Amino acid sequence: MSADDAATTYGEWEPVIGLEVHAQILTASKLFCGCSAQFGAAANEHTCPVCMGMPGVLPVLNRRALEYALKTALATGCEIPPSARWARKNYFYPDLPKGYQISMYEEPLAVHGSVDIDTPAGTKRVPLTRIHMEEDAGKSIHDAHDESSLVDLNRAGVPLMEIVSEPEIASAAEASAYLRALRAILQFLGVCDGNMEEGSMRCDANVSVRRRGDTELGTRTEIKNVNSFRNVERAIDYEIRRQIDVLESGGSVVQETRLFDADRGVTASMRSKEHAHDYRYFPEPDLLPLVVDRAWLDELRRDLPEMPRARCARFVAEYGLPAYDAEVLTARRDLADYFEAAVAAHRNPKAISNWIMGDILRLVRERKLDEELRIVDWPVRAASLARMVALIDDGTISGKIAKTVFEEMVASGEEPADVVARKGLTQVTDTGAIAAAVDDVLTRNADKVAEFRAGKDKLLGFFVGQVMKATGGKANPQAVNDILRDKLAG
Amino acid sequence: MNPSDLSSWTIASARAALDARDVSATELARATLERIAQAEPRVHALLSVTADRALADATDADRRLGAGERGPLLGIPVVLKDIFATRGIATTCASRILAGFKPPYDSDAAERLARAGSVLVGKANLDEFAMGSSNENSAFGPTRNPWDLERVPGGSSGGSAAAVAAGECLASLGTDTGGSIRLPASYCGVSGLKPTYGRVSRFGVIAYASSLDQVGPLAWTVADLAAVLGVIAGHDPRDSTSVPRPVPDYLAALTGDIAGLRVGMPREYFAEGIAPDVERTTRAAIEVLAERGARIVEVDLPHTEFAIATYYLVATAEASSNLARYDGVRFGLRHATIGDSLVDMYRHTRDAGFGAEVKRRILLGTYALSAGYYDAYYLKAQRVRTLIRRDFEAAFARCDVIAAPTAPTTAFRLGEKISDPLAMYLSDVFTTSVNLAGLPGLSAPCGFDDAGLPIGLQLIAPAFGEETLLRAGDAYQRSTEWHRRRPTLDLVAAAGANIGKAGGAP
Repeated sequence: MSADDAATTYGEWEPVIGLEVHAQILTASKLFCGCSAQFGAAANEHTCPVCMGMPGVLPVLNRRALEYALKTALATGCEIPPSARWARKNYFYPDLPKGYQISMYEEPLAVHGSVDIDTPAGTKRVPLTRIHMEEDAGKSIHDAHDESSLVDLNRAGVPLMEIVSEPEIASAAEASAYLRALRAILQFLGVCDGNMEEGSMRCDANVSVRRRGDTELGTRTEIKNVNSFRNVERAIDYEIRRQIDVLESGGSVVQETRLFDADRGVTASMRSKEHAHDYRYFPEPDLLPLVVDRAWLDELRRDLPEMPRARCARFVAEYGLPAYDAEVLTARRDLADYFEAAVAAHRNPKAISNWIMGDILRLVRERKLDEELRIVDWPVRAASLARMVALIDDGTISGKIAKTVFEEMVASGEEPADVVARKGLTQVTDTGAIAAAVDDVLTRNADKVAEFRAGKDKLLGFFVGQVMKATGGKANPQAVNDILRDKLAG
Repeated sequence: MNPSDLSSWTIASARAALDARDVSATELARATLERIAQAEPRVHALLSVTADRALADATDADRRLGAGERGPLLGIPVVLKDIFATRGIATTCASRILAGFKPPYDSDAAERLARAGSVLVGKANLDEFAMGSSNENSAFGPTRNPWDLERVPGGSSGGSAAAVAAGECLASLGTDTGGSIRLPASYCGVSGLKPTYGRVSRFGVIAYASSLDQVGPLAWTVADLAAVLGVIAGHDPRDSTSVPRPVPDYLAALTGDIAGLRVGMPREYFAEGIAPDVERTTRAAIEVLAERGARIVEVDLPHTEFAIATYYLVATAEASSNLARYDGVRFGLRHATIGDSLVDMYRHTRDAGFGAEVKRRILLGTYALSAGYYDAYYLKAQRVRTLIRRDFEAAFARCDVIAAPTAPTTAFRLGEKISDPLAMYLSDVFTTSVNLAGLPGLSAPCGFDDAGLPIGLQLIAPAFGEETLLRAGDAYQRSTEWHRRRPTLDLVAAAGANIGKAGGAP
């Protein structure tokens, strides 16, 4: 689904959407202790007195987590204020061991950034209000026993970034485009794997609608619990239409938190504003204000990788790729890296792009090689793909044979030259052999030769096919064409 | 050696005896445990006696001494306020809510004391979660003042102060959030030091008010405080608020020379509400400093009158958050029966686990942080805190140390103020400012009132001015004998068999 035009989708109504994205920062250890931040361990295996909130223990900031959050801030053009401040967000829940979450409140890490997205009307710049860091809570398990709940604190203290957009997103499709663009940035930086299904990227949406031209904002609802890009779009679209229905039937929107039910495709009320928590935020006295060293910041800025949109533009300019190819290839850093590695080995960007966008991505999808939202196991190595394209380009194999070679490479892991040698797939370029095959085909199809000579040009393809068949597909197609034309003209 | 001798010992005298091998650490530990058994039924300074640990520590200390090792606390019997986490040893904070809790970690201070070869003999009683000025808020019964068993020892480190005063150890550690070391030191006639915020790690110290809490020693003499401070001070990467700053040789700073030292007397600390005996004695003490060459100047700390209110907003706000973790989920008390909702579990656990004063402060702090009240209370308190800090900065432009009473009165009677929290809070009127400003403060015995109760002289220095502070306090004690006075305790007949069980441990 491409970013549709909000004006035509919602009629006289204008949606106003702001997104809060929680992105898990890809560090080895937790935000305030040395415990592993990895998923998948047995319950409470990755815990210590600090992340269990035992008495008297204190948080110590993970410098790497800060570095990653700063990279994100720099890559989205944020300002980094001279100092940020940790704050406690107080509420009681069994999976929140200290009874408060260490977060940032009045003085966030970064402010005033932006993320560019593509819309039918062109590039749109979605402003960011802020980026701040915080620790994740643990996990409550309510259905394991009838009479008690269980708590797993492996996730408690895992570092998160909260990236808050301004309410300047105008449709569900724009929201989705924003999330994808943001994910691409995070993945390019290597600071978050952006996996919504696994919860390493989570999104809350603040949605309101107003009549086009109104300057006052409508009452907003907050949608939580949306766990895929597709569902973000569905949830927001549903919520926009629900609010429009409410307003058009003379009702008013209630400020509340709503949960998205993916099975039914609807949002439902979770708690109203009257039941909203008073989180009693106050500055965290166990941590000093965060004063970011400017020299370090300059260093991080200098070392930022090329961001997806810049890389996309360069792919068009430097490799002459069509815009669509460049967008697909730069949607993910690993894909872009793969492409450039192949092009570095053999400079035929368009052919390599075609192979990646066709056969490579098809296999990735079919074989689910991208479960982590980064391709962990490429069907063939970039250099091998490049060598295969080189074999086509130097006439050793035909494009048709290349399909066979490719399948063999995937199946056996062999180099293309080895496949060609083993299976005897070298293209026949010996014109004498081809001419003999042509003569044979023309002799056996004298009636069609007559038809061709009478003006039925389309039969050329038939003759080519017959010759290729006779040579086991190994004949050089260009040579076959040339000889056929020559003899048919005769 | 005779345990009754202990009452006249100090770290310095024990140090000399241990180093000369006149007495072994084991003998000293045994004598101390015996003294504890005799004094505890009267004083109840301790919540637990760690006899096995003490004898093991002592054996180790004797081995080190025998190998020729020397150190300021090697073989010295010490007590930790039961707010310091001790690995595998019950740590209660004098609260029922920590029933059964044995931390799997040591506090930094406990670790440093152990590394230095000191001998842990017990864990001291306190006001629950360090909230109180009398030790009456302990869930396990109050500590009594060794000078008068009908009186409070002060709080919240009342057990730590009384343990020293009763001869149950040669030094103890306390924590001071609003006066909790200095006030009991003053009431119990011992010396006590609250170091600069960040000087000693708070790691493993159960938090009451994180921006105010600071660890410090109590002992008979200022020189002994210097010996302990040298061991427990220093940067700890586990506490982000601990300061990476070299630790001076505090004992070397005790030269006795205070000639030319400018001693500031804050007008606001000699105002109404102060008991006549206290005022007279404090002025006399300052006179002693002058006789040793100090110059006395008057200074102003104009925002002093707001200190108590500011303290009770900042401290309770932080406490309301710090105490949220006692929820019955992971450790300590859980009061719930099958079928209870989550909220029921929280309510029953916290209702049964916390005492009245702790509940009062949690409520006050929760209120101060609530939406709509935050600006008027918490934020305003933080602004006043800045003003109080500036008061001191201005004063320290004119003097090197400030001298004042530690408390407006001497120890009051058990029960006297328990039903009047505001009167109780005023005990800290001269001490809370120092915490709000993060400064080091010391209390040293400077006399007795008509009832024979000790009075404390408070000295305050700029941040990280511990050397000056200790030098001034030590100089004072070179000219006076107050720190040599000992209470007369009606000891319980020796009951060696009970060693290790004394103290009514919960």
